[in-house]
Amino acid sequence: MIRSCLFVPAHNPGMLQTADLFDADAVIFDLEDAVSYEEKDAARSLLVEFLKNFKIDIKVIVRINNNPLWFYHDVAAIATERLDAVLLPKADSESLKKALSLLIRFEKERHLPKKISLIPLLETATAIMNAEELLARPRIGGVMLGAEDFTADMGIERTKSGTEILYPRMKIALVARAFHIIAIDTPFTDINDEAGLIKDATAARTLGMSAKAAIHPRQISHINRIFAPSAAQIERAQRILKKSADTAGVFSLDGKMIDQPIIERARKTVEKAKRYKLI
Amino acid sequence: MKNILNRFVPAGFTPYRGLIDRNNLRPRLKRRPAVNTGDKLIDSVSDIFDRLKISDGMTLSFHHHLRAGDRVMNIIMREIKRRNLKNLTLAPSSLFPNHELLSELIIAGCVSKIYTDYLNGPFASVIGAGKMNDLLIMDTHGGRSYAIESGDIDIDVAFIAVPAATVCGDGNGYTGPSACGSLGYTISDMLYARRKVVVTDNIVPAVKTKEIRKEYIDYVLSVDSIGIPKKIASGTTRITNDPVGLLIADNAVRALAATGVIKNGFSFQTGAGGISLAVADYLKKYMSLNNITASFASGGITEYIVSMHEAGLVSDLYDVQCFDLAAVNSIGKNKRHHAISAARYASLSEDNIADKLDVVILGATEVDTAFNVNVTTASDGLIIGGSGGHADTANGAAITVIVTPLLKTRLPIVKERVTTITTPGCDVDIVVTERGIAVNPLRVDLSEKLKSSGLPLMTIQELHDKAVAIAGRPQQPPHGKKPIGIVRYRDLSVVDVIYSLKE
Amino acid sequence: MKNGVCGSMESNDCLITVEPSDKTEIIIESIVYDFYGMQIREVIIDTLNELNIDDVRVFCIDRGALDYTIKARVKVAVERMRAR
Repeated sequence: MIRSCLFVPAHNPGMLQTADLFDADAVIFDLEDAVSYEEKDAARSLLVEFLKNFKIDIKVIVRINNNPLWFYHDVAAIATERLDAVLLPKADSESLKKALSLLIRFEKERHLPKKISLIPLLETATAIMNAEELLARPRIGGVMLGAEDFTADMGIERTKSGTEILYPRMKIALVARAFHIIAIDTPFTDINDEAGLIKDATAARTLGMSAKAAIHPRQISHINRIFAPSAAQIERAQRILKKSADTAGVFSLDGKMIDQPIIERARKTVEKAKRYKLI
Repeated sequence: MKNILNRFVPAGFTPYRGLIDRNNLRPRLKRRPAVNTGDKLIDSVSDIFDRLKISDGMTLSFHHHLRAGDRVMNIIMREIKRRNLKNLTLAPSSLFPNHELLSELIIAGCVSKIYTDYLNGPFASVIGAGKMNDLLIMDTHGGRSYAIESGDIDIDVAFIAVPAATVCGDGNGYTGPSACGSLGYTISDMLYARRKVVVTDNIVPAVKTKEIRKEYIDYVLSVDSIGIPKKIASGTTRITNDPVGLLIADNAVRALAATGVIKNGFSFQTGAGGISLAVADYLKKYMSLNNITASFASGGITEYIVSMHEAGLVSDLYDVQCFDLAAVNSIGKNKRHHAISAARYASLSEDNIADKLDVVILGATEVDTAFNVNVTTASDGLIIGGSGGHADTANGAAITVIVTPLLKTRLPIVKERVTTITTPGCDVDIVVTERGIAVNPLRVDLSEKLKSSGLPLMTIQELHDKAVAIAGRPQQPPHGKKPIGIVRYRDLSVVDVIYSLKE
Repeated sequence: MKNGVCGSMESNDCLITVEPSDKTEIIIESIVYDFYGMQIREVIIDTLNELNIDDVRVFCIDRGALDYTIKARVKVAVERMRAR
């Protein structure tokens, strides 16, 4: 259950050490696009030592390299009890299979206490097209849209208004909902455009994305606010739960019919509100 | 002997005792009008030295409103060097790296004592090496004024750089090629020094506002240039854009909001460091959102405070120093942007502004588990600053907030014991870092209010432990044993000693 | 010369250079030498021991790196040296 995840380049000690400060629900330590070829080994080693020695109280996601040069070594290095999920870029059927089998293997060999989940990053036309097939697998905890690479793959322009990614957003939100996994929206890349970020995040939320990636700490408070239930929603959910505690079956509140699915949604809303310390 | 902060105090000095005895303040001297009633305009430094018979052992004073662009003190120091004068005492209100000639004068014995409120430059290592014959005395801005007015600092000649002056000695800092705004730090010098010399590069027929008054001026020394404009007051104030600094600033404003102090009519001061400026910015946003107007803001004034004033969020500005061009421009044109003297700002013998503040936001190089703050030395003992208005406002303000990162390049800022105490812990109320906020146990009232704020509260010891857990426990580097300076409090009692650097 | 370099001189980082040597030698230059010099040396020695090597000269230019950074940089510098 997250609203925001902050990308943090794994090669930069100063950024690693402050990753947990900015109120993101999860951090994505990036071994892939943020790190140059020559520094892949150094970034991996730095991240491993960091995770071993620095106690941070936040969900840890690592974006590995989907490239034969580093794929195996990345997973082998990071598969520890500190890891919550692997973000797999350029996700496709084969790489998902490979990642899953490696995770299972290392969890067993290393007696890890919990199952590490997989988050495919869908960034090609094929991946979006095959979303149902890719996401209907074990261990998939969430899915992220990668709009920069997707639009490059499509040969179209990436814009702030985001019309070009309307369909991928909707499809991913839909499939994610059907499979009960989180749908993480693509980052908004202009870190100086606060209004643009708010517009973009709101659009994603409206379409059903449940969270958004951030590439700079200053984006997080906006993302958290937009993807959290509003004060009005929380208050209504609390009233629904209160009434449902005393009333059996279907009832009406504020002139609307309240049945089981709505009560369930209210329960989730209150849970989220508590989790995000909004109540 | 040791004072109540458990710091050594050399013989002959009054130890800090905590509560200021406001019933027993030092009596003020009588003001000293000018002695020279004849022609005042001189164009040669040497001539001034001859006329005033500037000789060995005298005390000369300067102000620092021209900051790192100051030329005046250098002009005087070159003449001192030329004449090979000895054992002079200098009383500049602050010293900056451009005053590097001071190193030579100290080593040659031309200067054997210094009174100042802030010191940063290569001469810090010369003084730290014990090369100055007498002690360095570091005062607060308010304390310096108090000392001058009571004769504790006895100034023979005050050199007063004035950006716009008449031939008789009226002047101000608002116009001229070296405009610097308020001349607050020089007013006590002007009133109480035995002889006063205006130094200017801009003779004008008249000035509208007379901060410097001809009745007190003996001579007007005309020089080519008193300062380098772009080093005086421009571009020195920038909000930090480091996300960690911004987080600290945000937490500070949240904490203040939780105490309930931000309300209509409240007053505040912020320092000019990157994080303090970010606090001003967040404060502005909070006040706009909640329709709150402050009665006044004080201190060194920056463009951020000016913008709050011009947006109607702060009614009056009390300016003892203009930090940037926006402040210089504002003081010249905004009626309620007032220039004040250092005495009015923070001297105990006046109805001073610092004592009226509701909130002050300050920085630190070190804070310890007794909430003592160091802004005088770095952790290796080198002097890199000084109180300035820090100890004055910390004591005067109802709520004192220190904003600082928990660590600076690995070094824990929160320590067991600060290297040098500038501001005693009893004057410090809240310490805000990126990993937690500590409230002085003396302030039960504030702890209560902050408890339900949702902010990460912890004891100062816990903050220290966090810092050590991240960075490891630092070794204690050896310091020199010889006292080379003292740190005085607002009331001129001694808070701490500054020791020589290690060999 | 067959050496391995890893890290940078950015704040919070360190630049590690390792080269073959008859015996272990560690040369440290740090902006916080007075406070953490000994600890930096210890971390480097521990890391070399973990890697089971005793025949390198290690140069460390430190800009306030924490222990985990020093360790990671030393490890990779050694790997890079070996790979050449």
